[in-house]
Amino acid sequence: MQAEVEETLKRIQSHKGVMGTMVVNAEGIPIRTTLDNSTTVQYAGLLHQLTMKAKSTVRDIDPQNDLTFLRIRSKKHEIMVAPDKEYLLIVIQNPCE
Amino acid sequence: MPHKQPPRKQSINTGRGARKRDEDSGTEVGEGADEWAQSKATVRPPDQLELTDAELKEEFTRILTANNPHAPQNIVRYSFKEGTYKFIGVVNQLAVHFSQVGNLIPKDSDEGRRQHYRDELAAGSQESTKVVISETEILEEEEEPKESEAEAETEAGSQIDMPAAEAAEKVTEEELMTPKQPKERKLTNQFNFSERASQTLNNPLRDRECQMEPPPRTNFSATANQWEIYDAYVEELEKQEKTKEKEKTKTPVAKKMGKMAMKKMTSMESQSDDITKVTQAAKIVERMVNQNTYDDVAQDFKYYEDAADEYRDQEGTLLPLWKFQNDKAKRLAVTALCWNPKYNDLFAVGHGSYDFMKQSRGMLLLYSMKNPSFPEYIFSSESGIMCLDMHVDHPYLVVVGHYDGNVAIYNLKKPHSQPSFRSSPKSGKHTDPVWQSELVHTDVIKLKVEGGTKDGLDGLQLHTVGCGTAFDFHKEIDYMFLVGTEEGKIYKCSKSYSSKFLDTYDAHNMAVDAVSWNPYHTKVFMSCSSDWTVKIWDHTIKTPMFIYDLNSAVGDVAWAPYSSTVFAAVTTNGKTHVFDLSINKYEAICNQPVVAKKKNKITHVQFNPIHPIIIVGDDRGHVTCLKLSPNLRKMPKEKKGQEVQKGPAVEIAKLDKLLNLVREVKTKT
Repeated sequence: MQAEVEETLKRIQSHKGVMGTMVVNAEGIPIRTTLDNSTTVQYAGLLHQLTMKAKSTVRDIDPQNDLTFLRIRSKKHEIMVAPDKEYLLIVIQNPCE
Repeated sequence: MPHKQPPRKQSINTGRGARKRDEDSGTEVGEGADEWAQSKATVRPPDQLELTDAELKEEFTRILTANNPHAPQNIVRYSFKEGTYKFIGVVNQLAVHFSQVGNLIPKDSDEGRRQHYRDELAAGSQESTKVVISETEILEEEEEPKESEAEAETEAGSQIDMPAAEAAEKVTEEELMTPKQPKERKLTNQFNFSERASQTLNNPLRDRECQMEPPPRTNFSATANQWEIYDAYVEELEKQEKTKEKEKTKTPVAKKMGKMAMKKMTSMESQSDDITKVTQAAKIVERMVNQNTYDDVAQDFKYYEDAADEYRDQEGTLLPLWKFQNDKAKRLAVTALCWNPKYNDLFAVGHGSYDFMKQSRGMLLLYSMKNPSFPEYIFSSESGIMCLDMHVDHPYLVVVGHYDGNVAIYNLKKPHSQPSFRSSPKSGKHTDPVWQSELVHTDVIKLKVEGGTKDGLDGLQLHTVGCGTAFDFHKEIDYMFLVGTEEGKIYKCSKSYSSKFLDTYDAHNMAVDAVSWNPYHTKVFMSCSSDWTVKIWDHTIKTPMFIYDLNSAVGDVAWAPYSSTVFAAVTTNGKTHVFDLSINKYEAICNQPVVAKKKNKITHVQFNPIHPIIIVGDDRGHVTCLKLSPNLRKMPKEKKGQEVQKGPAVEIAKLDKLLNLVREVKTKT
């Protein structure tokens, strides 16, 4: 189980255009990252809050619904956040080469 | 003797004895002086008794006694005992001249002693401590009673002198204050006493506190949203259900075991790395990343409709979408393809080798269109896979036939990579490659090379003259199925008749690669073979309805799920042919090379049940996904005003029309 997940994360990281991946826990503390510390901390803090807000919004509208993932596309790259029960997986990709 | 006095007093008769004169002179000193100055003349008062000389010379004796002159001389009292008056002999002679109730107490009495003791204490304290202002009161009071007692004949006077002397000394010291004094005896003066109040000192207060360590505190904050409430309810419901289940299923002994297992589970979980919990999220993210990379492909898949089709006269194209490949299966040919009946984006690819000489391992890969870069499930086996099928009702069961004759069933729900069921020599496995297997309801029906078909469970054996290479079950008539052989014959068989065929068709000159019933029309089926032909049959007629020559060995043929007249065929020269009989009976409406290199042979083709795409597998281990252009998916045009008729009936009717045409032609010729 563990090896599979590790492999998946490795594949994601080595995928075309991916700039960095990180795993953040429920409190917004990064557990695992491929970027440098300051960037990681910044991303973790900000995206955690945003994800919580998005999740709250979705669930307020319909409590039986839940947030699957969050995509923020900007000029330079795209930030993808997949929330889990306890963790948050963040990937930053540059879709067009 | 008051009656005698006045005359004696008034008489200034010097005739009486000298004694009388002394007495008189004693009392009348003032008059005596006057008398001496004046001449002596006797004056006789008018009421003086006239006595004779003899009477005058009479001597009266007087005796001074202690008797009370006023006391009665005879007292008589009545005695009740004797009933008479009795003389009382002794008469009280006491005369009280003056009585006053005083406040003097004898020194030796109890009260006196007490007072003396107290005095001494006070005196002692005065000596040892300093004087207080109130002390002056006492001193004053003492002085006053001292004055009042001045006439008394007690010895207390000397006592009072003592403290008085001390008090005189102490008066000078009265300025000195004392913080505390023993309780002073208040001497209240009866004559001149005034109460004077004074405030006592307030004791200074001192705080005494005790502080413990503050209990550990944490901040708790939560929001009460609608969804949080909903979550709580759901949790509660789950708990209740769990307890119900536990009560139903587990016995007391089993409960203990369960608890032990639970404990182990929890401890294990805490030890294991947290990263496993990210599995789901990681999967989603991988798909997202892929979607980004292959964004245009995804968009094409969903939305692209080749506009050029309008100009192409009834011809269509196949738009290549994704290409699925895996390093591990690189040198293995695609031997089987199957779409999952439930999840329309999931398909299974079986890898093996058609080369008789080179036989190696096999692989079963399941891909999802959402993630073209990596398969969802990977299973490897020792022997090459020749065929596979997925169960309709249980879409997680995949049955696989191997080159070595084994049949294995994989359960996708279970994480381990081993098949959950495997046929072994004991359970009657085949000794030759399993060419085709199909999951019909719960039976696994395998077709192996030689000998004949075998029903996995019932053990029916059907002996054929040659070897079976392909078979297909009828969609509606459960017991009927077709078998294609290596010699090119097709047999129609029934499950209930194990020894005889229902029908035989001389189909091809070479081995029949695939047979397939039409999904709509119950009578029509199709076959393809390495003799470059594809033939369409009506099972009641011995000769084929349509024959198509494709210039190359046909690897596979498949009916389209959306129309009864559309089918696709793949050839070993890398081309894919799509036919639509309702448009063009004699030619393919699409004829397109699909794989890059020319040496690549396409081995299988499958239509997706829902989406307008087909997957094509080649012998390099690649699977290509292609989108059918609109021309290939044409539906019969609706006339204005009429409802669009859809459904099997229409399709059947469509095909029937065609067949009838053909039959007419045939009967004519």
